[in-house]
Amino acid sequence: MREIRELLVKKINELLENGTVDRVIGWKAGEFCYDVTPAVYKKEDNFDDFLFDGFCGANQSKYLIEETKKEGKILTLLKPCDSYSFNQLLKEHRIDREKVYVLGIPCHGMLDINKMKEQGITGILSITETDDVVTADTLYGEKTCNRKEVLLERCLCCKGSKHMVYDELLMPEEEEKEVETLDRFSKVAELEAMTAEERFAFWRTELSKCIRCNACRNVCPACSCRTCVFDNANSGVAAKVNADTFEENMFHIIRAWHVAGRCTDCGECSRVCPQNIPLHLLNRKFIKDMDEFYGEFQAGTDAETKGPLTAFTMEDCEPDIVYTRGGDK
Amino acid sequence: MFKISMNEADKLFKAIAESDTLYLPIEKGDQIEFYEYHEGANVRLDALHTVKSAKDAFLPNCETMMEFKMEGKNIEIKEADRIAEEFVVFGVRACDARSFAILDKVYLSDPVDSFYAARREHGIVVSMACNRPEETCFCNKFDIDATNPEGDVVVWIVGDELFWEAKTEKGTALTEKVKSVLTDADSEPVEKQQKEVKAIMEKLPLNSMDMEYLKDADMMELFNSPKWNELYQSCLGCGTCTFICPTCQCYDIRDYDTGHGIVRYRCWDSCMYKDFTMMAHGTNRKTQMERFRQRFMHKLSYFPINNDGEFGCVGCGRCISKCPISMNITKVIKALGGDN
Repeated sequence: MREIRELLVKKINELLENGTVDRVIGWKAGEFCYDVTPAVYKKEDNFDDFLFDGFCGANQSKYLIEETKKEGKILTLLKPCDSYSFNQLLKEHRIDREKVYVLGIPCHGMLDINKMKEQGITGILSITETDDVVTADTLYGEKTCNRKEVLLERCLCCKGSKHMVYDELLMPEEEEKEVETLDRFSKVAELEAMTAEERFAFWRTELSKCIRCNACRNVCPACSCRTCVFDNANSGVAAKVNADTFEENMFHIIRAWHVAGRCTDCGECSRVCPQNIPLHLLNRKFIKDMDEFYGEFQAGTDAETKGPLTAFTMEDCEPDIVYTRGGDK
Repeated sequence: MFKISMNEADKLFKAIAESDTLYLPIEKGDQIEFYEYHEGANVRLDALHTVKSAKDAFLPNCETMMEFKMEGKNIEIKEADRIAEEFVVFGVRACDARSFAILDKVYLSDPVDSFYAARREHGIVVSMACNRPEETCFCNKFDIDATNPEGDVVVWIVGDELFWEAKTEKGTALTEKVKSVLTDADSEPVEKQQKEVKAIMEKLPLNSMDMEYLKDADMMELFNSPKWNELYQSCLGCGTCTFICPTCQCYDIRDYDTGHGIVRYRCWDSCMYKDFTMMAHGTNRKTQMERFRQRFMHKLSYFPINNDGEFGCVGCGRCISKCPISMNITKVIKALGGDN
């Protein structure tokens, strides 16, 4: 990763110097080795704390909504999976394409510090990574773990090394690189195999942990409404805890419906959830259903194709399909 | 001092739960929170932190204040009962234990909040000393001793034994109730552990953070610092930091139409939200920069000015671990002038 960072900083400087862009949105090192914050750097800024390593998981596409409203042109560094969100935002006319230059950067899977802590690796002072092993120097001595075991949930079901959109690629040779990936629908299938009561209990347990911090909504590239219905005082619902916990649980269901057909399965919702609620499973359930009803579709593959819920064909399933899938008449 | 083997800790929990409702760190749905004890619960005293802090026991994230029932032209108003029975919050870390003193300054000063006051009166705090601090800890910056927390009873877990010492009248009364499962103990193992943990605390990376400058910083100078404009940029405006924080204390009061009446409840609110302190003229903080600044100015400047210099932070480090974009109070303190 260190070599990629060097290459990246060189390329960024080149693009800033030749005037292609006047600023870049990157990742800024924090107090520890893992608390990386997205940050905008200008030509005159010091790049010493500019970082690219296994803790740069944050998808930066959504920041571009605000950034492309500003003067000048910004450089964005998109990992392959981020490029899907970027396309989707383009499709929804939320990003001004003229004001952004896309540099596709390679990704070898991003790390989840919480998974490391769950393994008992705490008191972390520094971390070094190789392709297979993560080594941490801690207050309690040196600890190592298998890199694969501490990858972010979304990286386990990686969409691949190919960028869906770019102006330039940092390492074109990485585009065709094979990646290991699991079936992203296996957990959904497990939930589908449950009885309705079991499934209800599963989601009630998970969603009842919710503290209504709205991190999932605020980070979600598909949640780009100017005013969310939950922020509309006249809607009768609020973006806060409700006295009725069922009403509150519905927030996530409503949100999943709203992003259906537009969600690229970027996994940011689950990454940021302070309660570790597997929100991506709601989205994947919708994706799986849409694939079955309307044919396979991946949101964000391009910026033009109409999504399954906004297009109409004579082959579309009829509403009564719910009865054949166990729904009550 | 008393003790009990950790293998028998369940006996202690049962003994407490026999007379009082007991809340302690329990793992449910993959996360650890203060939940009510029940037999077979997956008690996790080894966890450094619950996700929500222990303030939830005294200032719950949602509580009903009153209910209205309408029938024809009559409105029946039913006020919610204040808690009237003893309850025990077990396993409160030193940072969270200090947060109660901070919340008291807000909720027990005039006008006294009767919901909170009732819980404080009937709540018994069994705090738990830290034996494995993490890199995110900085309670020592606020003169909190992680090895000797505040509370009615303090427990220490040393090896496979749990040591117990009452510190207040409430604590002594609780000790009397559970004494039959405890045995007398020598304090030596506890003192040995305290020494070891203090040595670890000496090595915490946040020790180097300078907070001294905040003690005589000019409020308006901090308020007008150009740093805010840089710091807030990546903030998502979510409420994670406020809701996991042991000292964040703001709430909203809302009415919920159940279809059969109205429930008036209060819930935690966040100064990071657009509708925070919304008034008839509109909101008084129109930008995320102002909202972001409010949260940190409150903790680092407004609260200390009004409370003999006491900061509105206890150094638990939850915001460091949980902020989706890793912006937190330590980065703010350093950026504003404390980076040595």
